[in-house]
Amino acid sequence: MLKRTPLYDAHLAAGGKMVPFAGFEMPVSYAGGIEEHTAVRERVGLFDVSHMGEFIVSGPDTWTYLNHVITNDCSKLPPDGVLYTAMCHDNGGVVDDLLVTKLAEDRALVVVNASNIDKDFGHMKWAASNLSRKRVELHNASDEWALIAVQGPRAFELMKATPMLAPVRDQIDSVSYYRWRSFESPGGRIIVSRTGYTGERGFEIFVPPARATELWNELRAAGAPFGVAPAGLGARDTLRFEAALCLYGHELDDEHTPLEAGLSWLVKLDKPEFVGRAALVREREKGSKKKLVGFELDGRNIARQGYAVMRGDAMVGKVTSGTHAPTLKKSLCMAYVDADSVDAELTVQVRAHTVPVTRVPLPFYKSRARD
Amino acid sequence: MDFKNLKFTKEHEWVRVDGDEATIGITDFAAGELGDIVYVELPKVGANVTAMQSMGTIEAVKTVADLFAPVSGVVTAINGALEQGPDLVNTDPFGDGWFVRVKISNRKELDGLMDHAAYQAMIGK
Repeated sequence: MLKRTPLYDAHLAAGGKMVPFAGFEMPVSYAGGIEEHTAVRERVGLFDVSHMGEFIVSGPDTWTYLNHVITNDCSKLPPDGVLYTAMCHDNGGVVDDLLVTKLAEDRALVVVNASNIDKDFGHMKWAASNLSRKRVELHNASDEWALIAVQGPRAFELMKATPMLAPVRDQIDSVSYYRWRSFESPGGRIIVSRTGYTGERGFEIFVPPARATELWNELRAAGAPFGVAPAGLGARDTLRFEAALCLYGHELDDEHTPLEAGLSWLVKLDKPEFVGRAALVREREKGSKKKLVGFELDGRNIARQGYAVMRGDAMVGKVTSGTHAPTLKKSLCMAYVDADSVDAELTVQVRAHTVPVTRVPLPFYKSRARD
Repeated sequence: MDFKNLKFTKEHEWVRVDGDEATIGITDFAAGELGDIVYVELPKVGANVTAMQSMGTIEAVKTVADLFAPVSGVVTAINGALEQGPDLVNTDPFGDGWFVRVKISNRKELDGLMDHAAYQAMIGK
């Protein structure tokens, strides 16, 4: 049985084409993926990301515990800070990528991928049981929050024009990248976080489920002068792809490490013991066997997940994601390739075609999210 | 659009017969299911195509699909406009978004295709 987010009816009303995704019925598109992609790059788009999982970690050992289970360092997080991080297995493979929001000195909000909610919660319980200092509680609050992303160059204007967000209107312009603000509203707390997954400026708004539709409708109405568009999973994927933001199940999985994925900036090996550290230290010393790289295809075929990357007759890699990039107007892909072949002459096998590819730097599209 | 003159395959191609030539495209339903189409690979003029075998591919952002030949024959024309404007398939699937014309080699194959009512029933409309 597929779950629905609180915005299900709003999606149908907006002409959303619903598809199964990570156990939810989610809108893949409304007007069309490319149109929605362009709306986010040029104006502002709204995404329902309520399917994402939320955990509350609380107790006096919250931050010691989190620093033990994640690869990034949350010990220096400011009181209004958010941290992007990986969480690894002992062998260095990625359990998930996640956001850690510091709500208080003894309380964190952790946002995880919908497809990994059960796996992550199990892993985090296991990691907690291994600690000597375990004054920490884990609570799966995934059903207690709806989440709406407001992304695009006009996102700030839209946030300030939305009546429900009036209590933080004067603060919107001063919220730095990866910081948050919140306020109490009838129905519960609303958190606005300067984060996102598109390569554009914007916010993610945590809202009580009972008020999600009201907020969505207000954002659509207040956004009309800015050309706001509801945007589905299709646009979310092409936007994050151009910005080379990893997607779990594509660039990240249990088999690949954050170092292979090019996420070494998320791995703080100088931090005390954390899950996966020994394996990652070894990999750092010996060098990664594989590397996530970007390619441009010669031609307009699309290299899709799982297609083989070839060096002559030898398979040296596998495509993780690929599409015809709507903003850059090129056929691009990301792939894991054997480290000694990344700069060789390579092809991608697109069904019957052997398509030459040229390595291009990641990200394909320079993020404007911090601007 | 006058659908009376069109025949349909279960793979969502449409066919309009004019003399011994068939113009072939995909339906609005198929184009909608595929989403944004970014590239089409068509057979060359003069190529032989065989009924219900793949004669090309349709690359959409989210997936790739085969283009099947509804009837056997020789390709007499391809829609060159799709080279620069593959989105014509999304915006005008029964008109400017056509794919190829085929000189029909076996008219009996047309009898195996669906009329509009049968096709609508198949897609649950």
